[in-house]
Amino acid sequence: MYDIKALYEADSVQHAVQLLLEHPEAVIIAGGSDVLIKIREGKLAGRELISIYGLDELRGIRKEEDGTIRIGSLTSFRHITADPIIRKHLSVLGEAVDMVGGPQIRSIGTIGGNTCNGVTSADSASTLFSLDAVIEITGPDGIRLVPIEQFYLGPGKVDLRAGELQTSILIAKDSYIGYKGHYIKYGMRNAMEIATTGCSVNVKLSRDKKTVRDIRIGYGVAGPVPLRARHTEDVIRGCAVSAETRSRIGEEVREDVHPRDSWRAAKDFREHLCSTMAMRAFTEAVRKSGGEIDD
Amino acid sequence: MTEDMRQFKQVTCTINGVRRTTMVDVRASLTDMLRNDYRLTSVKKGCEVGECGACTVLIDGEAFDSCIYLAVWADGKDILTLEGLEGPSGELSDIQQAFIDETAIQCGLYSPGFIMTAKEILDTGKLYTDDELRKLLSGHLCRCTGYENIMKAVKKTMYKRLGKKYPD
Ligand SMILES: Cc1cc2nc3c(=O)[nH]c(=O)nc-3n(C[C@H](O)[C@H](O)[C@H](O)COP(=O)(O)OP(=O)(O)OC[C@H]3O[C@@H](n4cnc5c(N)ncnc54)[C@H](O)[C@@H]3O)c2cc1C
Ligand code: FES
Repeated sequence: MYDIKALYEADSVQHAVQLLLEHPEAVIIAGGSDVLIKIREGKLAGRELISIYGLDELRGIRKEEDGTIRIGSLTSFRHITADPIIRKHLSVLGEAVDMVGGPQIRSIGTIGGNTCNGVTSADSASTLFSLDAVIEITGPDGIRLVPIEQFYLGPGKVDLRAGELQTSILIAKDSYIGYKGHYIKYGMRNAMEIATTGCSVNVKLSRDKKTVRDIRIGYGVAGPVPLRARHTEDVIRGCAVSAETRSRIGEEVREDVHPRDSWRAAKDFREHLCSTMAMRAFTEAVRKSGGEIDD
Repeated sequence: MTEDMRQFKQVTCTINGVRRTTMVDVRASLTDMLRNDYRLTSVKKGCEVGECGACTVLIDGEAFDSCIYLAVWADGKDILTLEGLEGPSGELSDIQQAFIDETAIQCGLYSPGFIMTAKEILDTGKLYTDDELRKLLSGHLCRCTGYENIMKAVKKTMYKRLGKKYPD
């Protein structure tokens, strides 16, 4: 038995909004793989819950007419990895969420929960940052769209107001066409492990594969919330696909990241990880794009 | 919570092929419901926080930790526990027998969970590499056997079902 004060089950998004307004103290539960653990730990014990788990309308992945890929917030990690649209256009995201916990966690864990918990180590976050994902939020006043970088307000805090829930994650066509990405998760174990640091690199190469036309670098656990290495991206855009460029990435990202000491890893070790992982992820992203770095 | 404030909900689902209905406390996990209401005690309570896999069942064919799944969510679902693997006269399934043959069991606490995940893996009818199998089984802990025999049991059954020779 869980220590739950009351459970309200939403049967539509509108109903969820109504329940959230009626019970302002209640906590949303999607898959519950964060919420139920916090109830066991006592942090969320004795609270009212609003379950959105039954909202099948928020499950699944669709390509819209303008090419935008829409991922329903309740889609589980395993369904994201297995989805044909993801495999074709956003394989890096499918690979990243395939590193969450173990298989059973990937059955229950949702991408909405992974982003709404506001945690910097969330395995989907760095990749969604590097894909310029947009968060769709539905509330009493209808729908609003927020770029993922602005959705994170601080550790454990995201831009959700009274009566609101996250309904989709959107990736615009311009953000994925021509790009290939690679995610690296560094942890002490290969499974059932929270990332010490995560790094996701997306590149778009020139037609001849010799120039980096665009690069987007996302990090988890390189700061209190996931972040983008904007400074490095500006420096590297337009550079040659080469070993020098790769080394440059390794140096420049140190300006962008600001990890801290924790029981998992020391600050200087995390800085080293941020640098090395960006270089390795860049190499892989280039390779997936059909380019080559001469060593 | 006082007795009179308790919330209950009727949950109808298919368990091991049979349609069942019961009233559950909304605070119950699926583990609670399967063990307490249906006496399906193969569903073990290990960590109860999603770390160990002892409580694994298949829901609509996919492996879930039933300890972090609310019982009310089971409404309308198709649930399979280890008890559902038995044949009509109580015969063991191939994967259960393989666990015995390979000594993949010692205390037995974590075996039902492993076997349920193995069932999902084997039913795909695919041939997996050792690395793939390790990843697919990584949501389970076992402190007795050291995993090698478990890997062997799953792998041997996989080869057998596919009619292929087990590589020694
Ligand atoms: C054993 C174990 C291992 C784990 N390993 C990993 C790991 O390796 N990597 C990783 O990233 N995570 C890991 N997690 C954490 C967890 O599984 C993920 O964060 C998961 O994505 C949470 O999704 P959920 O649907 O279960 O979230 P829930 O627990 O239901 O919700 C999480 C938070 O988001 C809010 N929320 C959920 N959905 C919405 C919505 N649509 N709108 C508004 N608010 C919402 C909830 O109120 C809550 O605050 C692990 C968890 C466990 C138990
Ligand atoms: S008892 Fe459910 S995972 Fe450990």
